[in-house]
Amino acid sequence: MLPKEYRTISGLSGPLMMVENTTDVRFDELVEIELGNGEKRRGRVLEIESNRALVQVFEGTTGLDLADTKVRFIGKVLTLPVARDMLGRVFNGRGDPIDGGAPIIADKQLDINGMPMNPYSRDYPSEFVQTGISTIDGLNPMVRGQKLPIFSASGLPHNRMAAQIARQATVISGHEDFAVVFAAMGITFEEASFFMEDFRKTGALQRTVMYVNLADDPAIERTTTPRLALTAAEYLAFECDMHVVVILTDLTNYCEALREISAARKEVPGRRGYPGYLYTDLATMYERAGRLKGKKGSITQIPILTMPEDDKTHPIPDLTGYITEGQIILSRGLHRQGIYPPVDVMPSLSRLKDKGIGKDKTREDHADLMNQLFAAYARGKEAKELAVILGESALTEEDKAFASFSDVFEDRYIRQGEYENRNVNDTLELGWELLTMIPVNELKRVRDAYLEKYLKPRLEKKAEQDKKA
Amino acid sequence: MPNENVIKGIIERISGPLVIAKGMTGASMYDVVHIGELGLVGEIVELSGDNASIQAYEETSGLMPGEPVVCLGEPLSVELGPGIIEQFYDGIQRPLELIEDVAKSHYISRGINVPALDRAKKWKFEPRVKTGDVVEPGDVLGVVQETVVVEHRIMVPAGVRGTVKTIRSGDYTVEDVIAVLDERGTQHEVRMMQRWPVRIPRPVARRLPPNVPMTTGQRIVDAFFPIALGGTACVPGPFGSGKTVIQHQFAKWAQAQIVVYVGCGERGNEMTDVLLEFPELDDPQTGHPLMKRTTLIANTSNMPVAAREASIYTAITLAEYYRDMGYSVALMADSTSRWAEALREMSGRLEEMPGEEGYPAYLGTRLASFYERAGRCIVMGKGDREGSISVIGAVSPPGGDLSEPVTQNTLRVTKVFWGLDANLAYQRHFPAINWLSSYSLYTETMDSFWDEKFDDEWSGLRIGAMTLLEEEDQLREVVRLVGIDALSKEERMVLETAKSLREDFLHQNAFHEIDTYASMDKQFKMLRTIIQFHHAGMDALKKGAAMDELFGLPVREQIARMRYLEEKDIGQIDKLEDTMKEQINGIVPVGGESNVA
Repeated sequence: MLPKEYRTISGLSGPLMMVENTTDVRFDELVEIELGNGEKRRGRVLEIESNRALVQVFEGTTGLDLADTKVRFIGKVLTLPVARDMLGRVFNGRGDPIDGGAPIIADKQLDINGMPMNPYSRDYPSEFVQTGISTIDGLNPMVRGQKLPIFSASGLPHNRMAAQIARQATVISGHEDFAVVFAAMGITFEEASFFMEDFRKTGALQRTVMYVNLADDPAIERTTTPRLALTAAEYLAFECDMHVVVILTDLTNYCEALREISAARKEVPGRRGYPGYLYTDLATMYERAGRLKGKKGSITQIPILTMPEDDKTHPIPDLTGYITEGQIILSRGLHRQGIYPPVDVMPSLSRLKDKGIGKDKTREDHADLMNQLFAAYARGKEAKELAVILGESALTEEDKAFASFSDVFEDRYIRQGEYENRNVNDTLELGWELLTMIPVNELKRVRDAYLEKYLKPRLEKKAEQDKKA
Repeated sequence: MPNENVIKGIIERISGPLVIAKGMTGASMYDVVHIGELGLVGEIVELSGDNASIQAYEETSGLMPGEPVVCLGEPLSVELGPGIIEQFYDGIQRPLELIEDVAKSHYISRGINVPALDRAKKWKFEPRVKTGDVVEPGDVLGVVQETVVVEHRIMVPAGVRGTVKTIRSGDYTVEDVIAVLDERGTQHEVRMMQRWPVRIPRPVARRLPPNVPMTTGQRIVDAFFPIALGGTACVPGPFGSGKTVIQHQFAKWAQAQIVVYVGCGERGNEMTDVLLEFPELDDPQTGHPLMKRTTLIANTSNMPVAAREASIYTAITLAEYYRDMGYSVALMADSTSRWAEALREMSGRLEEMPGEEGYPAYLGTRLASFYERAGRCIVMGKGDREGSISVIGAVSPPGGDLSEPVTQNTLRVTKVFWGLDANLAYQRHFPAINWLSSYSLYTETMDSFWDEKFDDEWSGLRIGAMTLLEEEDQLREVVRLVGIDALSKEERMVLETAKSLREDFLHQNAFHEIDTYASMDKQFKMLRTIIQFHHAGMDALKKGAAMDELFGLPVREQIARMRYLEEKDIGQIDKLEDTMKEQINGIVPVGGESNVA
């Protein structure tokens, strides 16, 4: 049966369109819109009231009119054709290929909204992923199936860092089938081409699916782009048994688009004009990361968002932090000192770290060492603050040790090259080496046995060298 | 009874989880309905003329105006009976394991109708009353061994009383008749399963003041900010401050007989973590896996938002049922903010006038009536049995700002406040409960309880330690302004002891196999030792001992390691007192009386 065609648009406002006298329209179904000049657009039903339907137009309502525009309700929700051949391809924010290649021959058509994973069917992520970046591997270890966002701000090198993670991420146990799914929402052409170039250079492009919505593409389309990417990721992970890393950038643009729709619907706004359901909406994306029982593949998510005015309490980073399993926060201060990657160690956190590290995974001393480094760095920073006010001489001997530890820590542990791939063992050894700067009785977070095993030989060596000197 | 007066309406309007149906005359508020061809579950939240506003507990995509809506004439209810413990439910008490079986998928599909209690499983029923006994609501008719540690008591349902006509032991399913009661000629058949509407509190005989502690094995909580059996507590904190780990710690180590854990709008992986970990961990009280006393309710953040609203009520009703059997129940809700957000979302869609920050004006009353269902009481039925529900609610204030409506309304009704501090979390001081801003209104009652147990020493130690921590805060202010050298020896000692309290007592590693739990005995011994060193140290300083020598004594190392002593070895802590005295005596100059600098 051919779908009925309506020419009964009664109103247009922002991204929204009201269609009258409709029958048999389903909630959330896909809408095809044909303009007077033959141009086609797509939309989605947001609300139905007996015989009126409110439609959100993905490409925006510019150029639509009340008289000549035709509307068809397709009777199904927005789906994405998926196949293994998606790898190596580039699509726009609506899912159409833009790399000049042929359309995908679909193996399956999948609902882009996905369905909530049954928590009973989840498998707990516990497989350590080595990113080659010390601040992540050593202090905030990431595991397969985790969602670990990067909280950044304008002007910080979050893209370079995300590309480095995508390039270097491996598991210790060896090589396995992996893929990268990349969704760009409202980023500039320059940023998008940086990723494409980087993936091409390293040969990763063959393993990558890209969905690109650029800054000058319709804003409303951005609300679909990440869902397309996640649908593709789910297919690759759970039907093709691949380990998928999904990079979503920039979530801030996504949320702005959502706010635009909400404002157009005249909804009661929550904080800062964002809709009250922003948390739920973000959760339906972030929660699509994970592992499933009995499936080989996994989805690891690295969403990137730029915090407006570096403000962590802004609704976007705030709600994200409540859903994701930790966060990597970049610091403008470190960036100004020329330290790459400028990871702000203190507030960064990986919630799943404890399951991914330890004996048989990384090393037995990893957890204790990590806690000790955090505590020592925190104390060092505090001592330095004190020194700023009172002068270095006011510090106790211990505080002085901690203060100089924190400097060396930033310079040697946090700082590393963009193409430097440190394996986790080197990162751990480096941590112990730095701890030799601190009096042993201050190392309360580490078990005696580990102090004995890992620190003592170093201290003895150091003492010997000092003697010689 | 259901099915007698089924009301059929049709869908008029759909907006996300809100469905408006017309032709619903005769339906009551909060009645359960089935929506559309798929039969999605929903609940009536507003009635106007013959229109009913329905919140749908499942995703509404694909629904169409004109589809039928069927009202069952019964409010949202839970099934109560053996089989609840060790289960993993969604927000409206559907077992998630069964959903997986029926859907044959790792995802939750819609319109799945599965019973909360296994209908086929036979339970061994042993009567506790005999023919001819007169029973009233709440009386225990008999028991079923639900798990190794939980004896499930089958009670006379509300509104039913009479003389026991027949009752037999044997293996029954939850739907079999286990007893027949005769109430002046009327016969009541009693089954193991009963139903109860979730929004109505189950009655109790008499409420009791909460004056018995519920220990949690967490030092900062038990020693400084204790919660009582039947008490209410809230844990607000920004993300990353360790709310969930604290909730998990309580679920693991709280001294309760039954634990109900509800993950309300939180991460899926967290629930999976509990599900995988609890069967492996042993309860220090019973020696059996924690899962044998736990029931889990999960409505993760990506599951339908309206069911999130219901999940809190489902959880507390299950808790009340076990309380009525005479158990102490601990309910952990993580997080009530997500529940409030679900309220806000539905309220917004109903186009109600918003209160503060878009939350509905009735947020405060809803929160209060939820927390009020906690408490210690004498339960219904004969025998003056005591039961309790202690509620611990996590709150996730946006941006960590405690002035927001959910936190403020929660603080108004809860008695314990564990304020989580992001700065402590950054320093990896866990649990990141701020000892200066937190409070417990049960502290004094608990002091007298523990004083009795620990020879009147407890409250003195607690107050002493708290005072030191407060002094430290002021002294640190001074240090920040004029430097450490401006402090006297005594003040330096205060700083040292406070540091020791923070690092050796308050800091507790949830992931360390021994440190994760500390018994009250251990806590008492640890606290006493730290305070003893303080007094002995002060004394020594007065007698002219050198500060550096005192702070560098080897016994301090042992004090720092007390937390890693196993429970069976805590006797060693007592010996530290002698070691301490010996070492301090070694550094006090002979005859050096009062040459204080």
